[in-house]
Amino acid sequence: MKTFLGTPAVAPRGVGFLRGDETFPRAARKALADPQLRRNLGHATTTIREKSGAVIAELPDWQELREAGRALKAATMSNLVELLEQLETAVTKAGGTVHWAADAHEANRIVTDLVRATGERRVIKVKSMATMEIGLNEALESAGITPVETDLAELIVQLGHDKPSHILVPAIHRNRSEIRELFLREMPGVDPSLTDDPAALAAAARRHLRETFLRTKVAVSGANFGIAETGTLAVVESEGNGRMCLTLPETLITVMGIEKVVPTWRDLEVFLQLLPRASTGERMNPYTSMWTGVTPGDGPQEFHLVLLDNGRSAVLADEVGRQALHCIRCSACLNVCPVYERAGGHAYGSVYPGPIGAVLSPQLTGVADNASLPYASSLCGACFDACPVKIDIPTLLVHLRDAVPHPMAEKVVMAAAARTMSRPRLYRAAQRAARLSRFAGRRGRGLPPPLSGWTSSRDIPAPPPQTFREWWAER
Amino acid sequence: MLGRIRAALGGAAPLPLDVPRDYRPGGELPPGDPALVELLVDRLVDYRATVHRLAGDGATVHSGDIAARVGEILPSGCTVVIPPGLPPGWLPDGIVGVPDDGRSHEWLDTVAGVVTAATVAIAETGTIVLDGSPDQGRRVISLLPDLHVCVLRTDQVVASVPEALRRLTPGRPLTWISGPSATSDIELNRVEGVHGPRNLHVVIV
Ligand code: SF4
Repeated sequence: MKTFLGTPAVAPRGVGFLRGDETFPRAARKALADPQLRRNLGHATTTIREKSGAVIAELPDWQELREAGRALKAATMSNLVELLEQLETAVTKAGGTVHWAADAHEANRIVTDLVRATGERRVIKVKSMATMEIGLNEALESAGITPVETDLAELIVQLGHDKPSHILVPAIHRNRSEIRELFLREMPGVDPSLTDDPAALAAAARRHLRETFLRTKVAVSGANFGIAETGTLAVVESEGNGRMCLTLPETLITVMGIEKVVPTWRDLEVFLQLLPRASTGERMNPYTSMWTGVTPGDGPQEFHLVLLDNGRSAVLADEVGRQALHCIRCSACLNVCPVYERAGGHAYGSVYPGPIGAVLSPQLTGVADNASLPYASSLCGACFDACPVKIDIPTLLVHLRDAVPHPMAEKVVMAAAARTMSRPRLYRAAQRAARLSRFAGRRGRGLPPPLSGWTSSRDIPAPPPQTFREWWAER
Repeated sequence: MLGRIRAALGGAAPLPLDVPRDYRPGGELPPGDPALVELLVDRLVDYRATVHRLAGDGATVHSGDIAARVGEILPSGCTVVIPPGLPPGWLPDGIVGVPDDGRSHEWLDTVAGVVTAATVAIAETGTIVLDGSPDQGRRVISLLPDLHVCVLRTDQVVASVPEALRRLTPGRPLTWISGPSATSDIELNRVEGVHGPRNLHVVIV
């Protein structure tokens, strides 16, 4: 165990997916130049927002539920040590084994060793942000173990050797004909007459995965909730692949961030009402599985819970920033964010995109490693209003901006970039001027204010062929 | 690792876990109230489960009525798996009901359907919960077959999530079902039946 010397351990470099290859404004520019992506994202966020608003309006006590959710999360964080110990005791008593992983390297090693011990060379996986965060698939592959993603969207992402672009709809950047081509190319034995009808594509995935479900003896999952009082783990999902992974294999390995612990069984009454309505806009998601250790004769007879830190204790050490750990990964803040809607998930460079990613990733990695993310927002406040556990993301953004090791001028400019990106008129003016600046000759002075401060200290990226306004008019 | 977390918290006084709960502890109607059953039916139909309501006030529904309805749902002559404790008489003649005694996954993948009871249902959300009791069986039997017939008693219908949680036993393996398996992963088009049973029939008695 490491001694705490004042500098809390952040998530290590060189493993997992918490850091992008380029800054947010630079990465966002690519998305802005991709009209298909923006159309898909716009459609997705609008649809989910509308559905979610309608089912939230059905609950007369939504605000009271949010407040209870907020209070429960705050109390959980301040009692985290005791709750995790309680969870460990309860899971162990119910026949499970608990492992502690200080960072991504340790977690990957623990899971790889557990899989190796079974003698199996293939695992089925149900979508999990935590395992994506630590780069578990890559670690398993380098150990000669094949991880198979079983969520339709994750499967699409995996077959496309791609990265997810949205917490909830990770393949929203792919349209049906792209998906069809992927399936034809990457799915062994797929019917060559496959059409691009979504139902036909889903049926192809069902056939493709059924055999794998029946034959694979080890599964890896994440968890939405881990109840300290009872040792019960819960996974919420839509497709049923989660049930397959949690029920069919002989061995189940669950990787859970330490912040996912929930004090009591009763507390589920808060989170199970908040999550589906805020997330997919459903009154309840199609399937929720709950299990406690091992049940003789029913489901996996060997169960391992890996509790993951990977920078979370560093987040915890910041009393203001700590709120970012309250997140229940509903993605509501993404769907209301004007910057996310234009920039897309990939621009955030981390598995956690959108407003929550802008405050969580820099804290997990240390602000210096994700310095542009706290600026990936116009501070409009929509995320705060949408968040089912009332995380004050705008305040967190401002708080983190103070910690960014950038010169003041750059900070001002990055903030302005996000602001203009969320407001078509300003962006239009800046973009048009940027296009004109291409004709200003080699010694072009870069982008006009407010973007000029940014470009004067960086290379000038090629302005997108289509301006924001042209895109706006197209919608 | 716990030391690291403790240090990060910096010895501040912990907040009380007993937080204010000003939300509704339950609905206004008692379990089984006809209006609740109506609401549940509405929710189930909304996500395209097929609902069958048997006439009678609950007490007068006989297992023969259930069997007759199950017979209308399942193709005659087909084989279904049933949990070991399914009440006798729920299957009509002409349907082969094989009690689950630890059958293989491969076999379960070939049967036409499964018939189970349920533990509790939530009207507001259209949710049915199975808890692995003898009349519901192992989780896998209601997962692999493509058609699930679930028989629910009206007195099992509660209004809200908090009431359902109070009726459940946390240590049991629980499956909350709120609709057939679905995905919206392809251009946000809802497609039903990716992995779970593609057909859900709820018989309310
Ligand atoms: S920060 Fe709030 S709104 Fe955003 S994903 Fe997390 S819980 Fe949802």
